[in-house]
Amino acid sequence: MSRLEFPEATRVRHGAKAPVIALAGGALLLVSGLLSWSYDDRILGDISIRFYPAGIQVYAMVLGAVAIVLGVLLLRRPPWLDPGRGLRMLGVGSLVVVVVALVAIAAQTGGLINANEGVWIALVGALAVAVSGRLTPAVEVDVRTWPRLSSTVEILLIAALMAVVLFVTAYTLGLDDAGTFGCLLATLITLVVAAAAAGLGDYVGFIGANNRRVLILAAFVVAFLFPFTQNGSSANMSIATQILIFAGTALGLNIVVGLAGLLDLGYIAFLGTGAYVGAMLSQSAFATVGWKPPFVIVMLCGMTVAAIFGLIIGSPTLRVSGDYLAIVTLGFGEIFRLAMFNLDGNNGPDLTNGPNGIPGIPDLNFFGFDFGETHTLLGVPLDKFSNYYFLLLAFLAFVILVFVRLNNSRLGRGWVAIREDERAAEAMGVNTFGLKLLAFAVGASLAGLAGTIKAHVDTSVTPDQYIFLESAFLLAAVVLGGMGTVTGVLVGATILKLLPEKLRQVNEYRLLAFGLLLVLMMRFRPEGLVPSKRRQLEFHQQDEALSDLAEAEHLQEAK
Amino acid sequence: MTVTENAQGAHEVGEKVILEASNVTMRFGGLTAVADVSMQVHDGEIVGLIGPNGAGKTTFFNCLTGMYIPTEGRVTLNGEELPPKPLKVVQAGMARTFQNIRLFANMTALENVMVGRYCRTTSKALTSVLRGPKFRREEDATISRARELLEYVGLGDSAEHLARNLPYGDQRRLEIARALATDPYVLLLDEPTAGMNPRETEETMNLIFKIREGGLAVVVIEHDMRFIFNLCDRVLCLVRGEVLVEGTPSEVQSDHRVIEAYIGGDDETEEDE
Repeated sequence: MSRLEFPEATRVRHGAKAPVIALAGGALLLVSGLLSWSYDDRILGDISIRFYPAGIQVYAMVLGAVAIVLGVLLLRRPPWLDPGRGLRMLGVGSLVVVVVALVAIAAQTGGLINANEGVWIALVGALAVAVSGRLTPAVEVDVRTWPRLSSTVEILLIAALMAVVLFVTAYTLGLDDAGTFGCLLATLITLVVAAAAAGLGDYVGFIGANNRRVLILAAFVVAFLFPFTQNGSSANMSIATQILIFAGTALGLNIVVGLAGLLDLGYIAFLGTGAYVGAMLSQSAFATVGWKPPFVIVMLCGMTVAAIFGLIIGSPTLRVSGDYLAIVTLGFGEIFRLAMFNLDGNNGPDLTNGPNGIPGIPDLNFFGFDFGETHTLLGVPLDKFSNYYFLLLAFLAFVILVFVRLNNSRLGRGWVAIREDERAAEAMGVNTFGLKLLAFAVGASLAGLAGTIKAHVDTSVTPDQYIFLESAFLLAAVVLGGMGTVTGVLVGATILKLLPEKLRQVNEYRLLAFGLLLVLMMRFRPEGLVPSKRRQLEFHQQDEALSDLAEAEHLQEAK
Repeated sequence: MTVTENAQGAHEVGEKVILEASNVTMRFGGLTAVADVSMQVHDGEIVGLIGPNGAGKTTFFNCLTGMYIPTEGRVTLNGEELPPKPLKVVQAGMARTFQNIRLFANMTALENVMVGRYCRTTSKALTSVLRGPKFRREEDATISRARELLEYVGLGDSAEHLARNLPYGDQRRLEIARALATDPYVLLLDEPTAGMNPRETEETMNLIFKIREGGLAVVVIEHDMRFIFNLCDRVLCLVRGEVLVEGTPSEVQSDHRVIEAYIGGDDETEEDE
């Protein structure tokens, strides 16, 4: 961290000025939001009018307000927070936001001359915040002095947090301007990182751990309410359904990779298996199987067939491990795709219609409830994708339930033991081969279940949906979010599915950005965005404060 | 009943043979690491295994526990032949610790011991997801048994600490607790006091006596001679894969061949794990 700070002597000498500079910087950011940022009123929303903040001006004001809060905290110095670190991150982030805005103004209007006084004041403010953060001496955060709130207050806090999440999500998805979207993204990341750096993240995690059930319930309520904010528009709901499918599948993969530590690079094949089963047993005119069972049966079939595939692949390949396993599973993924490509009647039985796939899969119909039609609930129209969204939400809840309960059981402990030291696990009586096979089968069946629903959401199933790149993306979601955790994988899956959709203007650089993101992650946060404490320790072995924190939380949970 | 003398005073060793290794030989290519070793362990007996580095002690342990498949010979536990699979060996009732500690470093002490209960519990995937009363009962029993064992080895206060953060001596004791969690008849300890200070060694010795009082037979590999001769009822000295001397501590202690093997044995190879 020393690279981010001034020399110790400077910090001690000028440390007292830090809060004042922070407050001034925050005030400048606040004021800048009220001023004009550009002469041109056609870019980044309309940021040319004074005393009428819009888009990025509001973000600057939010950043300023947070800087002022942190500045005040810096004056009061609670022992469980490190506002200096928070200010440092906030300052750097604010600088990024303002610079991005400047670049966008210059690029879209033809020169820096079009930037007005507001953006320059914001730049000075952001700089001041960054300097104040760098001036504060390092603080030892004492997690034992976390303020204890009454449970009602804690629950209200969670509810408020969730409401903010819902509002921000709906707002973010409503944006269609890439420049503003980029600034918002930078703002949100800055706020989250600054809060985490100041020690608020751990505290919120602590409150969350105290009210686990409330937190989970609140998260699901927010997810459930999301379609009601979209007012029948299907653009975002379509993305949301894809995110849910992706997240559910990634959670299945998380059992295999995150818990049991088996690297599977062909996991998409199991999603494909489920999708093909769903398509073949559907009412589609192109379905190759005559049997048309109700969808519940189809789901069970999809799970079973995928699980059987998992066992077939697992029983010979699980004798190898590490890199070898990765290569074998990668091969299996390709075999699956090519087999689906070729089972067209010319080279074997006609099961999949070859490269044409199975199109025209009709919408689901549960007891007369047609998923394809728009239904109106409480005056809000809910379109096809919203209907599937609710179904997929139930599916995701099921996957999370399976994941969490398996993780906290004899089997989950066995998996983690295998990941930690396979030989020792076996010598302690853990049935390593059987457990690894079980991980494969359970993971595969969850992906298969996702596939049967996906077939209906997409209305067609073709082999080219199940290429290696998709397996890589699933694995990236797990690694990016944090192996072995639920929240992390949900976050990772959302980011990986949402960003490409929202950044369509820079579509050709999508994979480049993705690669860059992964490299940066591996450099700065190898344990993932929302890591399990175990993983975090693996990557930061020397960090004693971290071990203490992990132990403090374990002790807290035990009480 | 044979009566033996050791630091704890007189102790009765049962007549019944619990563990029997007959003519175990282990060859790695041209190298014979263990040559025709036979050993009997009786009910409630503490047997010591000594020998210079590379004598094949750990290899012999690996043969007993199924981690290696012996080239020749057989191992029986309670009269039944043990298949050379670690899993089956644990299920049959023989558990071990490792010379270089092999705990699940990123799991808590409690979780480590709970993993040891794995082979004595039966919850399947479906019951784990459904969480019926049977699952809860078994889980509660696992937790309370694991806590009990942590208390037993003196780690009651460290249950929620990560195994990696425990002091060295505690890690060795946690390994013993984890092995005990598999409900063994025989406990194999591979250098349980390596790296310990005299006080910790003393504590470990008392712990092993306590384990024996609980009805288990114990086999110990150790280089600390005072520890071995105070602890064991019977000692085997292995040199170059063969049993050189077998007898009571006092017999082995005074045997000139043992002394020669240790002092004059500078042509040993470093094969031991």
